[in-house]
Amino acid sequence: MTNRPPLQNGLSRRNFLASTAAAGFAVTASGLFMPEDALADTPKTGGNLKLGLKGGAATDALDPALASGSVMFVVNHCWGDTLVESDPLTGDPLPGLAESWTASDDASVWTFKIRKDVVFHDGSKMTVADAVATLKRHSDEASKSGALGLLKSITGIEEKAGDLVITLDQGNADLPLLLTDYHLVVQPNGGIDAPNTAIGTGPYKLDNFEAGVRSTFTKNENDWRDDRGHVDSVEIIVMNDNTARIAALSSGQVHYINFVEPKTVKLLERAPTVQILQTSGKGFYSFLMHCDTAPFDNNDLRLALKYAIDRQAILDRVVGGYGTLGNDYPVNSNYALAPEGIEQRAYDPDKAAFHFKKSGHDGSVLLRTSDAAFPGAVDAAVLFQESAKKAGIEIDVKREPADGYWSNVWNVKPFCASYWGGRPTQDLRYATSYLSSADWNDTRFKRDDFDKMLLTARAELDDAKRKAIYQDMAVIVRDEGGLILPVFNDYLNAGSKSLKGYVHDIGNDISNGYIASRVWLDA
Amino acid sequence: MTTPETTSFAGIRRFSARFPLASRILERLLLSLLLLFAVSVMIFGGIEALPGDFASTYLGQSATPEAVARIRSELGLDQSIVTRYVDWLGGAMTGDFGNSWASGQSVGEQIGKRLGNSLFLAFFAAIVAVPLAVGLGLLAVRFRNKLPDKLINILSLAAVSLPEFFVGYLLILIFVVTYGAAVFPSTVYDSMSLLDRLNAIVLPVATLVLVVLAHMMRMTRAAIIQVMSSAYMETAELKGLGALRAIIKHAAPNALAPIINVVALNLAYLIVGVVVVEVVFVYPGMGQYMVDAVTVRDLPVVQACGLIFAAIYIGLNMTADILAILANPRLRHPR
Repeated sequence: MTNRPPLQNGLSRRNFLASTAAAGFAVTASGLFMPEDALADTPKTGGNLKLGLKGGAATDALDPALASGSVMFVVNHCWGDTLVESDPLTGDPLPGLAESWTASDDASVWTFKIRKDVVFHDGSKMTVADAVATLKRHSDEASKSGALGLLKSITGIEEKAGDLVITLDQGNADLPLLLTDYHLVVQPNGGIDAPNTAIGTGPYKLDNFEAGVRSTFTKNENDWRDDRGHVDSVEIIVMNDNTARIAALSSGQVHYINFVEPKTVKLLERAPTVQILQTSGKGFYSFLMHCDTAPFDNNDLRLALKYAIDRQAILDRVVGGYGTLGNDYPVNSNYALAPEGIEQRAYDPDKAAFHFKKSGHDGSVLLRTSDAAFPGAVDAAVLFQESAKKAGIEIDVKREPADGYWSNVWNVKPFCASYWGGRPTQDLRYATSYLSSADWNDTRFKRDDFDKMLLTARAELDDAKRKAIYQDMAVIVRDEGGLILPVFNDYLNAGSKSLKGYVHDIGNDISNGYIASRVWLDA
Repeated sequence: MTTPETTSFAGIRRFSARFPLASRILERLLLSLLLLFAVSVMIFGGIEALPGDFASTYLGQSATPEAVARIRSELGLDQSIVTRYVDWLGGAMTGDFGNSWASGQSVGEQIGKRLGNSLFLAFFAAIVAVPLAVGLGLLAVRFRNKLPDKLINILSLAAVSLPEFFVGYLLILIFVVTYGAAVFPSTVYDSMSLLDRLNAIVLPVATLVLVVLAHMMRMTRAAIIQVMSSAYMETAELKGLGALRAIIKHAAPNALAPIINVVALNLAYLIVGVVVVEVVFVYPGMGQYMVDAVTVRDLPVVQACGLIFAAIYIGLNMTADILAILANPRLRHPR
């Protein structure tokens, strides 16, 4: 059950499960959120947009509940809409199919006003009942939906006085952001009768779908909003080979590719027709220590290892500089209410040696790694080994097979390399792997006081108070947790120069999946 | 006294004596069935031995213990491996490969499309590569140890020494990125016309031809050279036949058996072994389909793909054997 698909598959379900919230539509009527180069001109309509994407397989299914991987992430956002979207720059919730919402004082009952002017691709009217049925299908205990875990705290979904009302088992100020998840696109009657039809309210209608090969779309002429879906048709070609994607882009066969490797960026930049699209995100690369397993149950040993890693070297050499330094807590400034002013931990062999001696540990520590953990994880482990050696700490690096890494090593062995994709909110970030009872508590960090802080923050509607709690939590994880977090990695994609209006969305990769509805082609 | 067993045994002996070719073919067919059965057992066991089953791999992060248990019971994964194998075998015997666990689509239908694509690619690679290899082999013998022979040798060896993905990348770099002369990616789909399809597969076909050419060419050359040293070739030369004519009329037929063998081997490779080329050129063939299925332990798909691959391999080898027997009457009467 702790099995995670390998990273080579592209963005896995793991990245996306809870991670898609902090996104939304940049292209507002006022142009308020548009990036600089997009401000320069107004969207042009027309053309056939071609995307060459990694992260699709013959096993993909159109049912949004079963979607996983980058390709289905983008496909879902082409034909479907979620109730709530998120701001690409701040991550705040923005109206989607729900035009507004209100919460009860304790944030446990939420009322959403659903738009009345929206029709599905088949011409039928989208109603509150469809939204209710959609959420019910995904939150049903017997559902296989990738969003099931997100919706666990929901106890009631119903239509009341023409509105959608959601009741939670405890207060959660972040509920609207949970509804931005890409699995939760609204389907006629929730997709209960026909989950695989891809009939939704999105900017494009699906024409053709061949799993793991190609999908094509044409513009939805009855789209309920006019600030998106600028091209006439979209073609998504599954290209899992890194070199094939680069060849397709540089020869002008596609307008956009995802997953550009850091080491090829410099070469790709030289191509006259290509622009590199680098977007700051929330995902990170890390080394995990189990706080309840010897010798890592000793905080001095954990601190010794935290001081013994050269973060800058890993940023420069493993991710090619395309990222930002981590500080041993799993949140960066892309999260709403992110902590501020916590001192950056730096490589310090003296302090490392001091804490190592204080821990009383004798001998070496075994670090398991694999290319499945994150791209360059083996190199990163060796860099770690080198920098630790200067502090007198011996690290034995053991390379594990990629197949089965997520079931046999991660969350099983006491010291290993790993990665996490972003989560929409700090609450979900900590709830996924720092709550004592969490299934993926991959550092075995179990503290009652920390759990209480998390639950208090969750129900707190006052942002200033919440932020203060999150600040304290970050410091606890940084100084006492089992997480060594050298870098947050950027999303690296590339497009042709004729691709305009690309929105750098902090929510997730590929403009948070909204690339096709946001960009246009400049002939 | 004759027991029933000995009579039937004698019957087989008589049949085999009267129809030597037919009985050899029958024998091989029976052996092939046995082999296919063994292959299916091995694939089943192999998937079972991989870490993580379908339920846990497929659910990934949303895998709660209850969800895993539910999928397991839904798919019958909680039953014993023998029960599951027998169930699957029962379906496969009647031609029902079931539905993919991951996408819920019919395996037979999906494989039909993918297999069609693979055969399409292999067919065009073969009709270019086989005549080219045999022709070049003949030429090399005709100009043995002279410049053409050496050129052919060096070039084909160079091509076979490069890994296939590298040959693919080179062709892409030259013909797509630099000159923009060829179509890329080579994705084919239903609504494509035949001409578009042919256009799309030019580069993968070229790659495959380069990869298999040297092997077949060199085998042709070696086999013919061996025959050339025999007495009847000297006679042919003495009675005044031209060199090329002597090779084609007298040497080639006698060198056929080993050539047929190596051609069959390469044909099998063209169908079952080209997953790397499929990935590089983004071609939706069987190989990619099977690899995707293995990743999530989608057993019905893997089993069906494995069986089809094995059947193609066995079938081609058997065809090669039969053709070799036809080409060499001595093989028809084993002692």
